[in-house]
Amino acid sequence: MNPDLLLFEKSSPGRRTLRLGALDVPQPDLTRLPAGALRLAPPALPEIGELDLVRHYTRLSKKNMSIVDSFYPLGSCTMKYNPVLHEEAAALPGFTDIHPWQDAGRLQGALAILRDLERDFAEISGLPCVSLHPAAGAQGELASLLVARAYFAERGEGERTTVLIPDSAHGTNPASAAVAGMRAVTVVSAADGGVDLDDLKTKVGADTAVFMITNPSTLGLFEERIAEIADIIHDAGGLIYMDGANLNAIMGITRPGDFGADMMHINVHKTFATPHGGGGPGAGPICVTEALGPYLPLPRIVEDENRLRLSEEAPDSIGMLRGWAGNFSVLLRAWCYLRRLGPEGIRRVSENAVLNANYLRARLRERWHVPFDRLCMHEFVANTRFQREAGVHAIDVAKRLIDLGHHPPTIYFPLVVPEALMMEPTETETRETLDSFVEDMLRIADECDQTPELVKQAPTTTPVSRLDEGRAVKQPVLRFRAE
Amino acid sequence: MVPEDRKYAASHEWIKMDGDTALIGISAFAVTELSNGNEGDMVYCDLPEVGRVLATGETFGEIESVKAVGDLNAPVGGEVLEVNTSIEDHLEILCDDPWKAGWLIRIKPETTDWGHLLDAEAYEGTLAEQA
Amino acid sequence: MPYIQNTDADRSAMLAAIGVRTLDDLFEQIPEELRLKRPLDLPAGLSELELKELLSERASWNSRGEQGSFLGGGVYRHFTPAVVDALQGRQEFVTAYTPYQPEASQGTLTAFFEFQTMIAELTGMEVANASMYDGASAAVEAVFLAAAVRRGRRKVVVSAALHPHSLRTLRTSLAWTELELVSAPLDESGRTRFDDCVDADTCAVLVQNPNFLGVIEDLDQVAACATEVQALPIASVYPTSLGLLRPPGDAGFAVVVGDGQGLGLPQALGGPSFGIFAVRQEFVRRMPGRIVGETVDRAGRRGFVLTFQTREQHIRREKATSNICTNNALAALRGAIYLAAAGPQGLAEVAHHCHAKATYAAQAIAALPGFSLPHGTDAFFNEFLVRCPVPAAQVNRALDKCGLIGGLEVAQVCTTPDALGLDEHHLLLACTETTSRMSIDRLLATLAELAPRTGAAGSDDASRPTTHQEA
Repeated sequence: MNPDLLLFEKSSPGRRTLRLGALDVPQPDLTRLPAGALRLAPPALPEIGELDLVRHYTRLSKKNMSIVDSFYPLGSCTMKYNPVLHEEAAALPGFTDIHPWQDAGRLQGALAILRDLERDFAEISGLPCVSLHPAAGAQGELASLLVARAYFAERGEGERTTVLIPDSAHGTNPASAAVAGMRAVTVVSAADGGVDLDDLKTKVGADTAVFMITNPSTLGLFEERIAEIADIIHDAGGLIYMDGANLNAIMGITRPGDFGADMMHINVHKTFATPHGGGGPGAGPICVTEALGPYLPLPRIVEDENRLRLSEEAPDSIGMLRGWAGNFSVLLRAWCYLRRLGPEGIRRVSENAVLNANYLRARLRERWHVPFDRLCMHEFVANTRFQREAGVHAIDVAKRLIDLGHHPPTIYFPLVVPEALMMEPTETETRETLDSFVEDMLRIADECDQTPELVKQAPTTTPVSRLDEGRAVKQPVLRFRAE
Repeated sequence: MVPEDRKYAASHEWIKMDGDTALIGISAFAVTELSNGNEGDMVYCDLPEVGRVLATGETFGEIESVKAVGDLNAPVGGEVLEVNTSIEDHLEILCDDPWKAGWLIRIKPETTDWGHLLDAEAYEGTLAEQA
Repeated sequence: MPYIQNTDADRSAMLAAIGVRTLDDLFEQIPEELRLKRPLDLPAGLSELELKELLSERASWNSRGEQGSFLGGGVYRHFTPAVVDALQGRQEFVTAYTPYQPEASQGTLTAFFEFQTMIAELTGMEVANASMYDGASAAVEAVFLAAAVRRGRRKVVVSAALHPHSLRTLRTSLAWTELELVSAPLDESGRTRFDDCVDADTCAVLVQNPNFLGVIEDLDQVAACATEVQALPIASVYPTSLGLLRPPGDAGFAVVVGDGQGLGLPQALGGPSFGIFAVRQEFVRRMPGRIVGETVDRAGRRGFVLTFQTREQHIRREKATSNICTNNALAALRGAIYLAAAGPQGLAEVAHHCHAKATYAAQAIAALPGFSLPHGTDAFFNEFLVRCPVPAAQVNRALDKCGLIGGLEVAQVCTTPDALGLDEHHLLLACTETTSRMSIDRLLATLAELAPRTGAAGSDDASRPTTHQEA
């Protein structure tokens, strides 16, 4: 059998893996169910035995590039090592087999972990009130914007609905503002890559609700004028939101709450080493000031008489954005990470992340253009300006890196740099790994000069070569259908 | 070289008189930016209904590649008289011939005073800055 | 330091290559006055051995109800075959990023294409996306889709027996929009009556099946009611039930959402799970989240890519269909492996066992003096409402003494218990294929002990409050 067939093509009637034992209660009389309640034809799920099921997914797993097999310098994604201990911890029956609505007295271990995490995140962010509820960073952004709306409404300032967002921001920022029913207004970048204060001043006003800033920015630069920016926004009566995507650069070094942020989210699947899982699940806890604390989402972890419980009642809360208290088993992994590292280890994470990024930048800058070529934080942006004459684009470089065994950097982002190659090596990589990546990047630079077609034809070592993405939209095939 | 027989908006749309009506399209630069030079990557074009009256600068549609989306803005206001429907199914026309066969809409311009638009030389100047 | 491999010698060499002297020099961009001048106030770091001891201790503070559990309400204890853990746990799946580089991600992409197909089959819909966060947030996205498709209409009519978290999530999400949430009441059979609430200003009609009180809704009637006013009918499903129950796609629903926890995911305090989102073909461009499509490579070989990406926030920013970025991919992969392991027969068998166990329990409870089933014994899948002669909390305490996790004290978690006719005597009980007859018999024995002695049943009826439907 062709191993590359889909499950549906490998399917054969009568096969299956899951079998239950004999029913130990009487057969129910299905005719008693309401008319029209029953399914008439079974769903056309694949029918496959256990060994072939194992082979299918094992084979698929080998078609992925992942942290366990390759360097993964994907900018703004913080693809650090995900400790295997966390998987073991999350699989403990005492953490998997617990229902969120069972008696809180029987959940004290899980609730204590969540309470610990709230304290840890408050300390790292410098913002005292924490909600672990949001499912991911984007939901954390939305939750925070709704918190801001509730806060302003309470103060009789409901007209504050404008969200100012730098042009280098992640797309989730303006999208979250739109979902919150707010107006996104773009603030341009200055020549040094930071926020253009003149532009900011012309856009701030009585309608300003929130300024969303990613600091360090997606260019890997710390906003040196952050205190001045905070004053401008606060003087206008607005709030500062910090997109925590790049928190890995500054832990134990500076705290968002100390540089003027009123709210922030944390991407635990970036900073706190929980797996990305091919696109989640992550978790997006938010941290806010005392003044904003009453508006945080439900449920809340409350402590009465040394007993923790989840409360779904809080008069000023914005409510819920998903079911339950949060992605518990993801949060549990973050808790493990924090317990292992401690305060010194957490600071070392940021120091080594910044060290590794600067080392990579220093070694690449001669052959790869770095538009903002100065000390960076945990990531930096290069581009293909030196390769323009060869007609090589960022996407070509990305594909060639795959052939050479490295996952590519983030490409074409941030939008403010054309042909961007955004690199974030993380602290968990060795100097040797960085050196080998540098050598291959230098090799690609040579190839761009000498054999650019080689770069433009890449990848050639992968299960498929470049795929026709236009066709996928123009002739959409979004599911398997039997011939 | 961009044609000199028409005017341009900084957002890359062109407008050209054709008899007493005007054609609107987008520049070759805009097409290349969207498609990354790969004509198969242009995937979708959303154009307005005939009869709609556009204000100057109003967004009248959208054009998409696999990885980018651009708004289409009216360089000059006016009533939409005709829509180039062949584009919607054959976006490669836009890549092959953005200046002629790749026109998008025909309007009855509300004014022939196009002083707010760029001529070919000025438009090329803006492209040089962006490169 | 744990997980950091650079040595002091590495750091010295790297600092020299960068051209700075110390690690502190690397942070010169951060103004001095903004620096933290003290160590973070966190507990000291632990060794792996010490952490494992701490984990065991914390895990032991949680109780699993060793003798069985009757608690559901949206999160259920289902059986998961060992292959699901083994395959989903492969680190090549676990530690990959979102498949933006398709040539290096065919594993994840192929698995999602198969997932989309399975969800479409399961729900009876044409297409599905590659997952949302969970059932509650998926319901909100479905409402936003309907509001966009039926622009200008303001009413969102939802069943009063929606999961309370879905209701709360909708309330939060719609708070600052022009949309108005209208709650459709239940009739005495426990089904939602939409007819009086739906009108020409309605964009969405949202029903949960089975509903939060366990009752199977009349999907045909709901779809017809919505379609009559050109509103989009949306169903929220419990996927396990679709092994037995009619898929909403067959009844003409426009969007089907649901929570995937039952498909091989542990209860885990409610998360992570994944959200199901399936639509009719015509709404694909309005769909939120990631979608995988089939295409070909330069050699004409089949391959898979993320497609219709211009809908998404990283391209369309404030005009995106949703702000969702990271979703719940690995949980969805788990769901896919579970469904592939089950196949049509396995899923039907699981659903059948769930229903059989619940029916056995329900019929026996209905026969106990003082206990009654407000919606009868014939209209549920695996979860049913019981009215007890004593407060539900007292029942649960008695069950807890036997090592059983009791049912849901449902009036406590509903936002409007009075409107649903619920009070402290109501208990919502769930069974799954993991509920043994022994557990059920133990439950029945415990309930029997709480039943009033001869003649007391009548007095219980007298104390029963009248619901608004009866009034």
